[in-house]
Amino acid sequence: MKLNRRHFLGTGIAASALLTAPTVWGQAKPKVVVIGGGAGGATAARYLAKDSDGAIEVTLVEANPIYTTCFFSNLYLGGFYDFEKLQHGYDKLAGGGVTVINDMATGVDRAARTVTLAGGQVLPYDRLILSPGIDFKDGSVPGWSLDAAEIMPHAYKAGPQTQLLKKQVEEMPEGGVFAMIAPPNPYRCPPGPYERISMVAHILKTKNPTAKIIIADPKEKFSKQALFEDGWNRHYAGMVEWIGPDFGGGKVEVRPEAMEVVIDGEVTKVACCNVIPGQKAGKIAELAGVTDDSGWAPVHPDSMKSKADENVWVLGDSSAQGDMPKSGFSANSQAKVAAMAIRGELTGSKSFPAKYSNTCWSLIAPDDGVKVGASYEPTPEKIASVESFISEVGEDAALRKATYEESLGWYAGITADMFG
Amino acid sequence: MTRRLSMAVLLLAFGTTPGAAEEIGDAARGADLFARQCQACHQIGEGAKNRVGPQLNKIFGRRAGSVEGFTYSRSMARMGADGLTWTLETLDAYLANPKALVSGTRMNYRGMPDPEARAALLAYLRDWSDRPQDIPESEPTARKTDPDLAPEVLALKGDPDYGEYLASECRTCHQADGSDQGIPSVTGWPEEDFVIAMHAYKQKLRPHPVMQMMASRLNDEEIAALAAYFATLK
Ligand SMILES: Cc1cc2nc3c(=O)[nH]c(=O)nc-3n(C[C@H](O)[C@H](O)[C@H](O)COP(=O)(O)OP(=O)(O)OC[C@H]3O[C@@H](n4cnc5c(N)ncnc54)[C@H](O)[C@@H]3O)c2cc1C
Repeated sequence: MKLNRRHFLGTGIAASALLTAPTVWGQAKPKVVVIGGGAGGATAARYLAKDSDGAIEVTLVEANPIYTTCFFSNLYLGGFYDFEKLQHGYDKLAGGGVTVINDMATGVDRAARTVTLAGGQVLPYDRLILSPGIDFKDGSVPGWSLDAAEIMPHAYKAGPQTQLLKKQVEEMPEGGVFAMIAPPNPYRCPPGPYERISMVAHILKTKNPTAKIIIADPKEKFSKQALFEDGWNRHYAGMVEWIGPDFGGGKVEVRPEAMEVVIDGEVTKVACCNVIPGQKAGKIAELAGVTDDSGWAPVHPDSMKSKADENVWVLGDSSAQGDMPKSGFSANSQAKVAAMAIRGELTGSKSFPAKYSNTCWSLIAPDDGVKVGASYEPTPEKIASVESFISEVGEDAALRKATYEESLGWYAGITADMFG
Repeated sequence: MTRRLSMAVLLLAFGTTPGAAEEIGDAARGADLFARQCQACHQIGEGAKNRVGPQLNKIFGRRAGSVEGFTYSRSMARMGADGLTWTLETLDAYLANPKALVSGTRMNYRGMPDPEARAALLAYLRDWSDRPQDIPESEPTARKTDPDLAPEVLALKGDPDYGEYLASECRTCHQADGSDQGIPSVTGWPEEDFVIAMHAYKQKLRPHPVMQMMASRLNDEEIAALAAYFATLK
């Protein structure tokens, strides 16, 4: 089957002829199934449907009827953004020609090219896109498991967890301790934990100025470190203590029932504890057998196609691609390359060289925004960074404010690009 | 930064040539050009006030869009916030074609194509800036950027299919329906303005780091393709 289609493409039939071909041959349209309607999956589904003009049957399988973005969830925590504005439905995708199925994918049979859903439905595919985000590594933080997330939230998949964390921060007793257990590399949104610290500090500064923040971190250094540390000094002097691995930040245990954190043997009573565990590809990627020992799914740098199966693509956080950080921006960028490549294979449309990019904005305090970004291109080994930039310490207030305002524009832009 | 600073200190210590200002261009000719082409809207010199345009004293080293009491276009204010500062290089580009640097500028001036005339005008403007000998500059002829685009580059017709694919990258931030919330709209621009603006980012004359990065990896055909595609959006 697959070979046949390839063969016909090879004979040089014009793209326009191919578009009408299915009706002529009385054959079904090529099918693409997308699992995960987040940053990567929603973008890929939307672009495939939009750009193929109905020539490809696109089905999106998403567990939740409403997607809550992790991006800007820290701003919600800090009181700068409404929770409702983080939420996006799939109506416009459905209106744009995507069949949206609200269910959990529970299995992938790559030999038969089918996806099984929790509800029992079996979906055949010609190409499969996996963009299931992340799952947490078991045992990465001793004493913590998903069962403890109601006491010590991760808030690293946005939704009720984010609301819970906000409530806990706001209800901290006077002078209490907020602890964050920061994740080891690689994880989604490298500056995310530190932007979160900034937002928590902002709330505490206004509501609970004698409270303290400690971060136990297994990493030697972190994203935008100079910018965050400068910002914490300027806005929240004396409030934030970062404990890196040299001081035991990597030797941590938590005791949810007792609300205690043990760092390098030293026990601290905490009022609120945000545990961000080590991460791996979303479970379904593992079930599909496209992940490796690292827990992530290796892909070809020029297309985002899985290295394990030529009919499967892996996008966003789940993929192991090289230099791009795991971000919504990256997932969106990768999805467009993937959509173009898949369209090329299935309909013979023109393919162009892959270009990827990323920019991550972070808010440190009111009107004090910073950003980091890079452009990327595929090399034979990996997606490699070509050029990069980062905000500088000491920029004036006008620039920082403009950067923050730009991030609001980015959020509006990227969510429209994903969900229509 | 530190290197720059010490260079400036060295220059001061060993004495700058008093005639440094003349090296930009012929200030007397500049005064004449100013009188004929700028003075209707701009004042400069003692007691200069804002008129149709802002007063131009001390323009070198000043952040764009920052003269008190003057109401700038949104476009100019945005460029100022992004970090556009008036230097020999940026002023030269702005004079050559105001839209190259500030697409929505209110300055109703088509530009001064002759580099020598611009140099003369800049020499005159600099006479009214603070301590002109301190202004970091390179020889005008040694400047690596050339704000003037070759006519062939402007005349390139882009492939709109390629433009559409490339534009998908722009749409992560710039909305396809042209709405403008914190990030400017890029739809419905005259193709030439679009091409000129992108090249100004590519040459790092315009200050925005994301746009500089995006533009720097686009070749002339790709910029033309994008311009062709975006022009088709309403
Ligand atoms: C606090 C925080 C702040 C962040 N800030 C930014 C930011 O400012 N900018 C930025 O670019 N990125 C940011 N990110 C990162 C960004 O959210 C992720 O990188 C991005 O969402 C990854 O996209 P994805 O498509 O890989 O996964 P996701 O967006 O997580 O989407 C995965 C989707 O798949 C669904 N799913 C998973 N498994 C199944 C299954 N078996 N069946 C059906 N559905 C399934 C899930 O329900 C989910 O909707 C932030 C992240 C966090 C945690």
